[in-house]
Amino acid sequence: MFLQVKGVGKAFDNDFEVFSDLDLSIQENQFVSLLGPSGCGKSTLLSMVAGLESVTEGTIELDQQQITKAGPDRGMVFQQPSLFPWLNVKENVMFPLKKKKGAEELAEHFLKMVHLSRFQESYTHELSGGMQQRVAIARALAMDPKVLLMDEPFGALDEQTRHILHEELMKIWQETQKTILFVTHSIQEAIKLSDRVVVMGTRPGRIIADFNIDLPRPRQRDDEEVIALEKKVMNLLEGEINKVLKEELSHESV
Amino acid sequence: MKVFSKRVLFLLAVMGIWQLVYVSNVFPEIAFPSLVTVFQSLYNGFADGDLLKALGASFKHLLVGLSLALLIGTAVGVLLGKSRQADETAGMYLIALQSIPSIVWVPLSILIFGFTEFAVVFVVALGGTFVMALNVRSAIHNVPPQLVRAARTMGTNGLQLFYRVEIPSSVPYFMSGVRLAWAFSWRALMAGEFLSNGPGLGYSLRFAQDYAKMDQVIGIIIIIGVIGAVVDQLVFSKLERNVMRRWGLLKS
Repeated sequence: MFLQVKGVGKAFDNDFEVFSDLDLSIQENQFVSLLGPSGCGKSTLLSMVAGLESVTEGTIELDQQQITKAGPDRGMVFQQPSLFPWLNVKENVMFPLKKKKGAEELAEHFLKMVHLSRFQESYTHELSGGMQQRVAIARALAMDPKVLLMDEPFGALDEQTRHILHEELMKIWQETQKTILFVTHSIQEAIKLSDRVVVMGTRPGRIIADFNIDLPRPRQRDDEEVIALEKKVMNLLEGEINKVLKEELSHESV
Repeated sequence: MKVFSKRVLFLLAVMGIWQLVYVSNVFPEIAFPSLVTVFQSLYNGFADGDLLKALGASFKHLLVGLSLALLIGTAVGVLLGKSRQADETAGMYLIALQSIPSIVWVPLSILIFGFTEFAVVFVVALGGTFVMALNVRSAIHNVPPQLVRAARTMGTNGLQLFYRVEIPSSVPYFMSGVRLAWAFSWRALMAGEFLSNGPGLGYSLRFAQDYAKMDQVIGIIIIIGVIGAVVDQLVFSKLERNVMRRWGLLKS
């Protein structure tokens, strides 16, 4: 397997255990979504793959190499664009390339891919949220990572922008053939984009379902099969969400 | 232009009231000179070169003292910003030192360095160092963790992380530090020179006091105020605003 999560657990310093003994294998070129309610540890797992969070137990391997720290073989797109305000758009995309030869051409290529060629010289704060996120995607792609990690990348955007970026991401994925691990709490988003949806539950965090989605793309919202799948996942998650609610309410009444 | 004319009108009004009080003879001439004599003494001071010499000496003290303050302040600030150990040990004392008015350092400086120009420079340097150090320290503490995380996923670590992310991200705070260090140093300069044996603008002020020349006293106060305002507005505030705009911290 290309990306292999083996018996992985995560506990924070205060002994709070997010999840334990998690297994997940992901094939190359697959678009996989991690879907779950808040608190299930999906973002934590993604950060561990990125090497930003330590692995408490078990191992994570990418292309047969164990992940111990962050590195440019894994590109990450965060919910916040996290661009450097002192650099212009092109310099931001060139940031991971350092002084590599042809860095400028490479940056221009990926900016073209996200349709921002016109804004190369702009500063990031002059761009809208959606445009900033496209710069972040171009920046992650520019270092040619083996896997692209996306942590609710469109969560802070408005509905229309999100739809446009979904389509752009699909094109980019088909063009670059990257393996994408995509964290989201939106059932629709996961089903619209992914080859495979991994559903996580909470307290303790664990994988409760794993769907392969063989529907042709582009997928329409009103497609019957899409709706049927959404319902199925919704039913699965309902129990989990109720669990979180119940726990929070019981804390309240103590 | 409208703002400008309002300001000019206000100034003219103040000058008018001044002259009225002068003409009414409520205060003796020695305590309340006419504006004409004030400008006369300013003109004479510049014409015979005394004031220019004093200004030159003051700017020399300021330049050397402020440079020292920026250098040492930055070094201390980076140390406290980067090392939690150092910050926990010494950070609090830095705030205490910053709260000491710079005139307090004058006797200490004179006892160590005597009535020399370096004694003044020393007071100026102390005046700016602490505020600079505090600003650089907060600059480092306020580097957005999200940017550091993003940089790490792009394989940027250690020293590279410091000069490619932490330093550029600190520039706006750094600029505020420079502006504040200038303001504090400028005040310290006057305190130091006032009690020194010259040369310098502060010394000229005391000289005028000793000889009961109120017109000169007021003239020098005007010079000090004008320089302070002009340098702050035309140099440091402008620089700071430009940096803030460039860093996207200010809506342009």
